[in-house]
Amino acid sequence: MTSEFLTDMFSKFGLMIVGLVVFAAVVGLVLFLADKAPKRGKDIVVLAAFLAPSFILLGVGLVYPAIRTTLLSFQNRNSTEWVGLQNFEWMFSEPTILTTLGNTLIWVALVPTLSTIFGLAYAVFIDKSYGEKILKSLVFMPMAISFVGAGIIWRFMYEYREVGFSEQIGLLNQILVWLGQEPQQFLVNSPWNTFFLINVMIWIQTGFAMVLLSAAIKGVPLEVIEAARLDGANAWQSFWNVTVPAIRGTLVVVITTISIATLKVFDIVRAMTGGNFDTSVVANEMYTQAFNRGEFGQGSALALVLFVMVLPIVVYNVRVMRQQKEIR
Amino acid sequence: MSDTTASAETTAEQKLDRPLGQKNVARPSRPVGKARRVKDRLTSPWATAAAITIAVLWTIPTFGLLVSSFRTPDEIRSNGWWNIFVSPSFTLENYFEVLTVSGASSANLGQYFVNSLVIAIPAALFPIAIATMAAYAFAWMKFRGSGALFVLVFALQIVPLQMALVPLLQIFSGVLGISGTFPAVWIAHTIFGLPLCIFLLHNFISEIPGEVIEAARVDGANQTQIFFRIVIPLALPALASIGIFQFLWVWNDLLVALVFSGGTADVAPLTQRLAELVGNFGRNTERLPAAAFISLVIPLIVFFSLQRYFVRGLLAGSTKG
Repeated sequence: MTSEFLTDMFSKFGLMIVGLVVFAAVVGLVLFLADKAPKRGKDIVVLAAFLAPSFILLGVGLVYPAIRTTLLSFQNRNSTEWVGLQNFEWMFSEPTILTTLGNTLIWVALVPTLSTIFGLAYAVFIDKSYGEKILKSLVFMPMAISFVGAGIIWRFMYEYREVGFSEQIGLLNQILVWLGQEPQQFLVNSPWNTFFLINVMIWIQTGFAMVLLSAAIKGVPLEVIEAARLDGANAWQSFWNVTVPAIRGTLVVVITTISIATLKVFDIVRAMTGGNFDTSVVANEMYTQAFNRGEFGQGSALALVLFVMVLPIVVYNVRVMRQQKEIR
Repeated sequence: MSDTTASAETTAEQKLDRPLGQKNVARPSRPVGKARRVKDRLTSPWATAAAITIAVLWTIPTFGLLVSSFRTPDEIRSNGWWNIFVSPSFTLENYFEVLTVSGASSANLGQYFVNSLVIAIPAALFPIAIATMAAYAFAWMKFRGSGALFVLVFALQIVPLQMALVPLLQIFSGVLGISGTFPAVWIAHTIFGLPLCIFLLHNFISEIPGEVIEAARVDGANQTQIFFRIVIPLALPALASIGIFQFLWVWNDLLVALVFSGGTADVAPLTQRLAELVGNFGRNTERLPAAAFISLVIPLIVFFSLQRYFVRGLLAGSTKG
């Protein structure tokens, strides 16, 4: 540890403390002044003091930018003139962008389904097993770490070394070698590389599906299952005809939630291939266009497409959650 | 009053443990009948075997990287981590190298670790504080249009981060001139965290029993006093869960960091540096395992020590982003 590092560290933490103190002082002052407002109209002043910080931030940081992004998507690269639908024509005619859109569809078709199936199966298995807590933690753990961290973990799993050049350092290729097969460049060979990226997302999301579904399964009344068993249903039948219908609400929430997360996936692609070798997805391409190439019009158009894709899923999710609430 | 407070706390706690979309209350513990026990004995070995297989498959990638991080650079480059079972070795060299060696070509993770903390702590506290205020106003101050405004805030969750990046960056660099500084990253995270935090905290704060608030009002407390003396203490478990979730979200984030931090060792967090290092995998092969674990250590500590809070935050906040 050099003294340079320590100075740097103290100055940064100093800045952080200043930031926290300033924030607390501003919020405190606003509330204090509202509290001291004259009796007439005090209610409104207090209300404004409580709501204003949120509304200013959301207005400036989310509402205005969302509207502006929508407008930008109809303008040229540096937003100097209107170009109509040109950015969208570009999107649906450029082969690389079509691949990107196709990849996004593959992601959103596979990740929610497979994560939910694995998560559900695992939740059922551990429901009857010993050491349930530990088993749960192990599969749930990837959910706590960053997508970048997960990307690095899997880069090592997929790592490829030319035959004869060196021993394999990636486990998957070593297994192929042990089985007498040729090692593969998992992240380079298109179109299969997209599936190996998707595998990482499934690895992360399965734990999430499992935790929610496990809680839901424990909520299914035992008597109903027992009754089904007494009526002669085997384990498989009682699972399909009793458990699954009973946890339908949770299943919908799990699938829609993972779908939304999948549509917005950015870090995994960024960290593992950078979107090269035909693996790009909309969220990654948006970043590349806007911030690496300075194509703000095209980047904004991609952001708008992402919004349009997410919208129906969120609306559906909200409706299901509302219904669940009413049933409660 | 203490009785009502206690019961408010318990119902609120239960609410936190109930995942989204679940309508039934979890059954407390399974009554184990004799027939049941026989049936369990028949089915459970296979289920357990399957469960353990999946658990092992799920853990191997992380375990492999952890093992790698303790091998010497030569070993990491020349063969796989499973060789440790044949020729055991152990070194902390990689951790030492990535954390402390400074210079243009080194990982410099010590600095980035500090940056991650300096970003994540305020970026977790700010939105929680502001959202609690708004949630209280929506839940307990009667005003016209409150319902419509709340739906509007809720609807903002639909807007993907990507929709806000370009204009917000233009505001930060053009109007405020703070692009590439810590405050820029704090503000960005605060804004993106707000809709969900307000929504979740509103759900929670609105379930505080009306009698508690009413009793305080009768005793002469005004809105600000009620907020600080009643609402915040009662909402603490929820604040903790949502705060932990927001902290981890910020800690693990890459996109916001890439756009707003400027990308230098002055401000950028660990995730950004890791993404850079992995971008040149060939040159950084021996550094990456240790580097990755340095960024994973905080989430893993939070995960294993505060799992209960973490799960709650996750169940509630999974739709974020």
